[in-house]
Amino acid sequence: MSLTLERSAPAPGAVPPGAGAGRQVWRRLRRRPSAAVAAAVLALLVLLALAAPLVAHLTGQDPNTYHDDLVDSARGGVPIGSFGGISADHWLGVEPGTGRDLFTRLLYGARVSLLVALGAVAVQTAVGVAVGLAATLGGRTADQVIGRTTDVMIALPMLVIGIALTAVVPPDFPRPLLLVLIIGLLDWGGTARMVRAQALALRGLDFVDAARLAGSGKLRIARRELLPSLAAPVITYAAIKVPTAIVAEASLSFLGVGVKPPTPSWGQMLSSAQTWFRADPAYVLLPAGLLFTTVLASTVLGDAVRTALDPREGSRLRVGTGKERTG
Amino acid sequence: MTRFVLKRTGGALLVLLALSVIVYSLFYLAPGDPARLACGERCNPQQIAQVREQLGLNESTVAQYLHFLQGLVAGRDHSAGAGLVLHCDAPCLGLSYQTDQQVTDLILTRLPATLSLALGALAIWLLVGVGTGVLSALRRGGITERLLTVLTLAGTGTPVFILGLLLLMAVCAYLQWLPFPTYVPLTEDPEQWAWNLLLPWLTLGLFESAKYARITRSSTLETLAEDHIRTFRAYGVGERALVTRHAVRGAVAPVIALSAVDFGTMIGGAVLTESLFGIPGLGKTLIDAVRVVDLPVVVGVVLAIGTAVVVAGAVADLLYAAADRRVALA
Repeated sequence: MSLTLERSAPAPGAVPPGAGAGRQVWRRLRRRPSAAVAAAVLALLVLLALAAPLVAHLTGQDPNTYHDDLVDSARGGVPIGSFGGISADHWLGVEPGTGRDLFTRLLYGARVSLLVALGAVAVQTAVGVAVGLAATLGGRTADQVIGRTTDVMIALPMLVIGIALTAVVPPDFPRPLLLVLIIGLLDWGGTARMVRAQALALRGLDFVDAARLAGSGKLRIARRELLPSLAAPVITYAAIKVPTAIVAEASLSFLGVGVKPPTPSWGQMLSSAQTWFRADPAYVLLPAGLLFTTVLASTVLGDAVRTALDPREGSRLRVGTGKERTG
Repeated sequence: MTRFVLKRTGGALLVLLALSVIVYSLFYLAPGDPARLACGERCNPQQIAQVREQLGLNESTVAQYLHFLQGLVAGRDHSAGAGLVLHCDAPCLGLSYQTDQQVTDLILTRLPATLSLALGALAIWLLVGVGTGVLSALRRGGITERLLTVLTLAGTGTPVFILGLLLLMAVCAYLQWLPFPTYVPLTEDPEQWAWNLLLPWLTLGLFESAKYARITRSSTLETLAEDHIRTFRAYGVGERALVTRHAVRGAVAPVIALSAVDFGTMIGGAVLTESLFGIPGLGKTLIDAVRVVDLPVVVGVVLAIGTAVVVAGAVADLLYAAADRRVALA
C-alpha cells in the first residue's frame, strides 16, 4: 500500500511528467504537418509489419514459397508479366529467379528492419543511461575512466567492427539478435555522453541536494531524482538514433553479414537485386523506396519529437540562417 | 600549442592500443579453434595440433597478445611445418590463413584502390558541397535554400548504397553512358582508372556534399553577422565580395577539420561503396575475409582502418587548432 503511495508521489522539484506537459508536447507535435505525415507513414508500416502473417494468410502467399511457373527460365528467371510480374495474386510482383511473392517478403523484411532497429536502440539507450549515470555519480576516477572509454567507443568505426564481429560468432546464433547486440553495444557512446552532461547539470540543483541530505543513496538518487528529469532528453536521443539503427541493419545485411536467407530483409534484397536491375527494375526500386521512406519518416519524426520536447531549439533539419547562434 | 599537440597525440596512441586489445580479443571470441580454421577443412587432429604449436596458440592469451605487439614492432617468424620458416616483416600483422600472404603486404596492395576512391570523393564534396554552400549563402531565402533543405533531409541517414544502386541503374543500365565499372589501377591506364571510378566518386562525393553545403552555409552566415563584416559593409564593400572574400573564411576551419575526419573514415567506411562497385580496396578485403573467417586478415584490416580513423581524428583536431587559434588556447 505504502509502495503505491510512494510511486505516485512526484519527485520533488523534477519537471512533473503529468498530463499537462504531455498534452503540451502532443499539441506541439500535431502542429507540424510533416511530423503527422511521418508518424502516419511509420504507423502504417509498423501495422503492416505486425500483421505480416495475417496479410500473408489473407493473400494466400508465403514469403518463402518458390513459384517456378511465374519466372521465365529461358530468360534467366525474369518474372513473367509487367513490372516484376504484378498480378491479382502477387500485388507487387515476384522475386526474379525464385518467383517468391515480393509483397509478403517486403512485409517480413519490415519486421526484421524495425525489430532490429528498435531492439538496438533499446540496448543503446539502456547501456548509455547506465554508463552516463555511473559517470556522474561514481566519483572523479570513475568519471575519467568512463569518459575515455566513451571517447573510444565514439571514435571507433562501428560498421567495420560490426562486420568483423559477425565473422567470429557461431553460425547458429540467431542473426536478428546478433544484429541487435552489435548495433546496440557498439553505438551507445553518444547517449552516454549526453546523459552524463545532462545529469551533471541536474546534480547541482537543489532537489538533488535535498534528497541527498534526506539520506538517499546514490542508486536512489539516480532512480528517483535524476531519471525522471532525464526522460525527455533520453527519449529524444533514442528517437534520433532509430534511423541510424535502421541504416546500420540494412548496411550489414546488404554486405551479406546480416540476417541469413531465407529470412528476408530490405538490405539483403537490395544486395541480391544488384544483378537484376536491367531485367527487373521493380526488384531494386521497391525495397530501396521502402528503406528510403522509412529512414526519412523516422528522421523527420525524431526531429519533430526533439523540437516538441525542447521548443527553445529550432529544427536541425531546416537550414539555419546562421543568426540564431550569433543573436 | 605544443602541449595541445602532445596531449592529442598521446590520446590517439591510447585509443589505438585499446583498439588493438579489442580487435585482438576477436581471436578468442572465435567459435571452435583458430588452429582448425588455419589448417583448413581436411586436417587430421595431429596436423591441427601441429598448427596450434606453430601459431603459438598453446601460450597464454596475454603472452600471445604480447607476441602480436612484438611482431608489429620487430617482425616475427612463423614456422610453416616441415622445417619451413615464413618470415613476417615488421610491422607484422600475421599471415593469411587462406594464402599464407603477409597481411601487411595484402593491405598495402589494396590501399591504392581505397585511396583512389577517397581522393576523388574528397574532390567532389569540396567542389560541389562547398560550392553549393557559398552559393546559397549569397542567395538567402531563395530556391537554393529550399533545395538545400530537401537535399540535406534526403541525405540525412539514407544509406549510401541506395544512391549508388540508383546511379548504376540509371547511368549504366538505362542511359548506357558508361559501362558497368571495373577497377583499373592508376598505374595501368590513368584514363580508364578515372572513367571506371567516376560513378563511385559521384556516389560517395554527392552523398557527403549535402553535409558540407550545410556547414559552409551556416559558418559563412555566422561570420557575416560579425562586427568586422559590419565595418566592411559600412565602408561600402559589396555584398558579393563580403560573402566570397571575407565571410567564407569562417567556413575554412570547420570544412578542413570535417574533411580530415571524413577522409579517414572513408578509408574504412567506404566498405559499402567498394562492395557495391567491386573496388578491391580495404573494405572489400574485410568483407571477403569475413566470409571465409580468415581471422589474421580481419584483425589486420580492422586495425589498419581503425588507425586511419584515429589518426584522421587527431589530424582534424590539429588542423582545426591551426586554422582557429582560439581552440588550442581553450
